[in-house]
Amino acid sequence: MKSESKLEQILTKGEFAVTSECGPPRGADAEVIRKKGELLKGFVDGVNVTDNQTSVVRMSSISSCVILKGLGLNPIMQMVTRDRNRIAIQSDILGAAALGINNILCLTGDHQKFGDHASAKNVFDMDSIQLVQTVKLMRDEGKFLGGEELKGSPKMFIGAAENPFADPFEIRVPRLAKKVAAGVDFIQTQCIYNLPKFEKWMKLVRDRGLHERVHILGGVTPFKSVGMANYMKKSVPGMDVPDELIERMKAAPKEKKAEEGINICIETIQRLREIEGIHGVHVMAIEWEEMVSEIVKRAGLFPRPHIEG
Amino acid sequence: MIVAERKPLEQISSMIESNNKILIVGCGECVTVCSAGRKKEVEILASALNMVRSKEGKPVEIRQETLERQCDGEYLEQLRGFIGEYEVVISMACGAGVQFMAEKYKNSLVLPALNTKFIGVTEEQGVWSERCHACGDCKLHLTGGVCPIARCSKSLLNGPCGGSANGKCEISPDLVCGWQLIIERLSDLGQLEKYEEIIPINNWSTNRDGGPRKVVREDLRL
Repeated sequence: MKSESKLEQILTKGEFAVTSECGPPRGADAEVIRKKGELLKGFVDGVNVTDNQTSVVRMSSISSCVILKGLGLNPIMQMVTRDRNRIAIQSDILGAAALGINNILCLTGDHQKFGDHASAKNVFDMDSIQLVQTVKLMRDEGKFLGGEELKGSPKMFIGAAENPFADPFEIRVPRLAKKVAAGVDFIQTQCIYNLPKFEKWMKLVRDRGLHERVHILGGVTPFKSVGMANYMKKSVPGMDVPDELIERMKAAPKEKKAEEGINICIETIQRLREIEGIHGVHVMAIEWEEMVSEIVKRAGLFPRPHIEG
Repeated sequence: MIVAERKPLEQISSMIESNNKILIVGCGECVTVCSAGRKKEVEILASALNMVRSKEGKPVEIRQETLERQCDGEYLEQLRGFIGEYEVVISMACGAGVQFMAEKYKNSLVLPALNTKFIGVTEEQGVWSERCHACGDCKLHLTGGVCPIARCSKSLLNGPCGGSANGKCEISPDLVCGWQLIIERLSDLGQLEKYEEIIPINNWSTNRDGGPRKVVREDLRL
């Protein structure tokens, strides 16, 4: 094993993994994280903890990870390169590892323009691919970027995100290849709604043998309402929502919209399980964590495999 | 060229509200090309300030000058004979010109009339856009002649990020994704395989992160 991560053990055993997501609160109340954690406990193999997502200030990912770890969950610390330079990034990786966090998701991060501090200075000392390289260097070679040796390597399972639907499409697989070459262990994809396009991307991934070098977890997000489906289609950059799904949400009776959203999500998971090279699913139920257990159960992914330690 | 834009009149006017003898100095280089600080803009600013002050009943005496450039001591010397007669000097040069004038004339208060924006090009008449961050270590040979540091909103060396949609940057539908441009160029040049080479983590010490920079050419020194 490269890391001390339960997620790595599950994926290495060939089990179909389930991860989910937990957004830290906009305040210092640890109870918010605990409540979300309790809803997910036992139903997922790892929980992404976002790092000031959409550039809105929240409780830090590291501290939220530690709170979840205390509940017995397996946190995946998201780290964006927007807010820290290489000195702070390496320092936080060491600190997180010392606190028992053994998964990291390497991201560039949304531009600060989206958030509540649009006049902030951004950092971007490195990009997500270089962050993957940095964690790998620290873990496997026991070195800092500056070349000096470190004592006590951070045994982290290294993840990254990939959006098969972003533009330009022709470099989406080469981009994954770059992340694989950088040393990424697992990939969580952007929310998948356009399955034919996703399958086309996966075929190109398989043609290059990349599915054998990295664990790919397909991302899903259930629609809560027609409004949300429309918002995802029109307002979220790089999101591909086919019209037929919007129509399905519209056609559902008023009191059954949310249920239809869950149905679509479960059908997507079933389709994803059939695709060669998909090793798991990443369920992003945005501020709807209470639905994750139902999705996992109805998708036939419960109980989760038991891993010691 | 260095592209600049004049500050709002109210701001300039408030800087000089207690002064009565003012020298406005234009610059004949970059800010002339981008129409921010040439002779004509000096005239416009002088007449606008005159109007503001006349309205307030506090008329002001303004002298106008435009130098070849303000980033060269030789031209700044041309002010030596009379600069001391003015309470303040408003420089219509870029930030470098303003500072160099202040360095040369230690007893003069030199104020900026422009906001210095970027190193860029004239895209079309009246439109300028950024091309270079002066990072000190040009990478254009790696990226099809399109700069990832200046043209990507996040200065990503291995882009694009997931926010690129329809060729546009996530921060604005009016902004072309820099990495889209790089990929198109590499593709046109038959060099798309270059995209898969990971550009290593950058050495920013050649950028301003290394502190204020200096170029010394021993072969040219006197």
